[in-house]
Amino acid sequence: MKYVIIGNSAAAIGCIEGIRQQDKNGEITVIAGEPHHTYSRPAISYLLCGKTTEERMKYRPDDFYQKMNCTVMLGRNVTRIEPEEKWLFLEDGTAVEYDKLLIATGSRPFVPGIEGLEGVKEQYTFMSLDDAMALDEALGSGGRVLIMGAGLIGLKCAEGIARKAGSIDVVDLADRILPSILDAEAARPVQEHIEKQGIQFHLGDGVQKFKGNTAVLSSGKEIGFDILVVAVGVRPNVELAREAGIEVRKGIVTDERCGTSLPDIYAAGDCTESYDITTGEHKPLALLPNAYMQGECAGFNMAGSSKTYDRAIPMNAIGFFDLHMITAGSYDGECFIRKNGGDYKMLVSKDGVLKGFILIGDVARAGIYTSLIREQTPLETVDYELIKEKPQLMAFSRTERAKKLGGAAV
Amino acid sequence: MKMRRIYVNEKWCLGCHLCEYNCAFSNSAETDMVKALKDVHINPRIRIEEEGNIHFAVSCRHCEEPLCVKGCIMGALSIEDGVIMIDQDKCVGCCTCILMCPYGAIMPSDTGVMQKCELCVKNAGGTPACVESCPNRAIVFEER
Repeated sequence: MKYVIIGNSAAAIGCIEGIRQQDKNGEITVIAGEPHHTYSRPAISYLLCGKTTEERMKYRPDDFYQKMNCTVMLGRNVTRIEPEEKWLFLEDGTAVEYDKLLIATGSRPFVPGIEGLEGVKEQYTFMSLDDAMALDEALGSGGRVLIMGAGLIGLKCAEGIARKAGSIDVVDLADRILPSILDAEAARPVQEHIEKQGIQFHLGDGVQKFKGNTAVLSSGKEIGFDILVVAVGVRPNVELAREAGIEVRKGIVTDERCGTSLPDIYAAGDCTESYDITTGEHKPLALLPNAYMQGECAGFNMAGSSKTYDRAIPMNAIGFFDLHMITAGSYDGECFIRKNGGDYKMLVSKDGVLKGFILIGDVARAGIYTSLIREQTPLETVDYELIKEKPQLMAFSRTERAKKLGGAAV
Repeated sequence: MKMRRIYVNEKWCLGCHLCEYNCAFSNSAETDMVKALKDVHINPRIRIEEEGNIHFAVSCRHCEEPLCVKGCIMGALSIEDGVIMIDQDKCVGCCTCILMCPYGAIMPSDTGVMQKCELCVKNAGGTPACVESCPNRAIVFEER
């Protein structure tokens, strides 16, 4: 069996580990455009602020490919997949045959068309190791940084460079920071916390045009900068799949076995759409755990086993300047909110199940909440009052606890 | 994977917290229990939950499908012979494992990176200290 994987990040690694749990001998070839050993993409902000190193941020040990018996072709780009012939081509014309193919091409930063942007010499995105290195080099020992985007990527970037940058301004069209994971009430204290680090926000405002190294905002405000970071969002890399005739909406369409619309071709990670069980929507969920689990599921199925991945939910654990937050699911429903000092908690329930939560500050044992969402546990079967208090197994029935802790369900 | 795991029988748990103290001692660098625990705010990897007259200990289940391992953004969590281990050198303390674990069995260590039960395979104990110290066999180490 010849397995070929396009990509070398979380989904690809999940796929390799999935395949090898089923098939020790099949040939696995990993092809990726980036020349690096597999590394943790979310680690790049930790790299810049010195919490990790290039060595420690490797997503798997140095001998991983060897142990997994993979052939790796790094720094090589796939230009075309021919599903009829079951081969693909690299940019130098090399043909690679496959029996089962995984497309794990990830996503790329979205760079909007803004007047004058092409004239900004020092502009960066913040997605890859090379992006981070380039930004770090440009920063040297200072410089005024303007970040477009107060989302997860923009703010992790801000944290990563905070010590080095002379100043940091963050602009976002949304009226609050982290709009994809926080509601307005939760966002406010987080914003204040980040502002205390000297980072300035310009929210509900957008860059209308650039005049050299000055950004002119819709409000008329002008911000001078030396370095621009564009972090307004990501777009799935779907071109290869689309050109091969695979069904694509916002991302590559997959079934719950992570198969695409074409036989023997699977897809996983940021390039795909996931089915969010909390809203019933198909949408890209560009999250590392999601990517890994999709990839692993695809790997099992590519190796002839049967596995489904049908529990996808949006979820994030993130922190800024030692303030942690964990969020999951969606926020449409009945809200329970509790504030306690700097801690904030919101639980959202609807149709008798937990749909989402936001925890800021005290994030202890948040996974108990996540599992209620993921398992769609009827709240009538747990003591919701206890669960509201804090995530605890005490809220489950004695029988359920016996399963959880007594081994009946290991 | 067939292996011995830690199981809890809440009927027998007295809520004495000895498991917590012994866990903290076993995972400290100290050889003297008094030095390890006296006047120290302990941060054990096993935790008692209690409410009224119900008590039970919670620690890592060493799941066969460990969501913490699958979700770890750094590749700091891994399965070694069935035991979920954490490489604290790689961990950056992002808390994704806390987001993932359905048992709430992984938590920050005193240094901010995560810690979890590793069945005492890497510390001085060698066998789970919580099990050894449980006076009422409410915590056992068995293959089930």
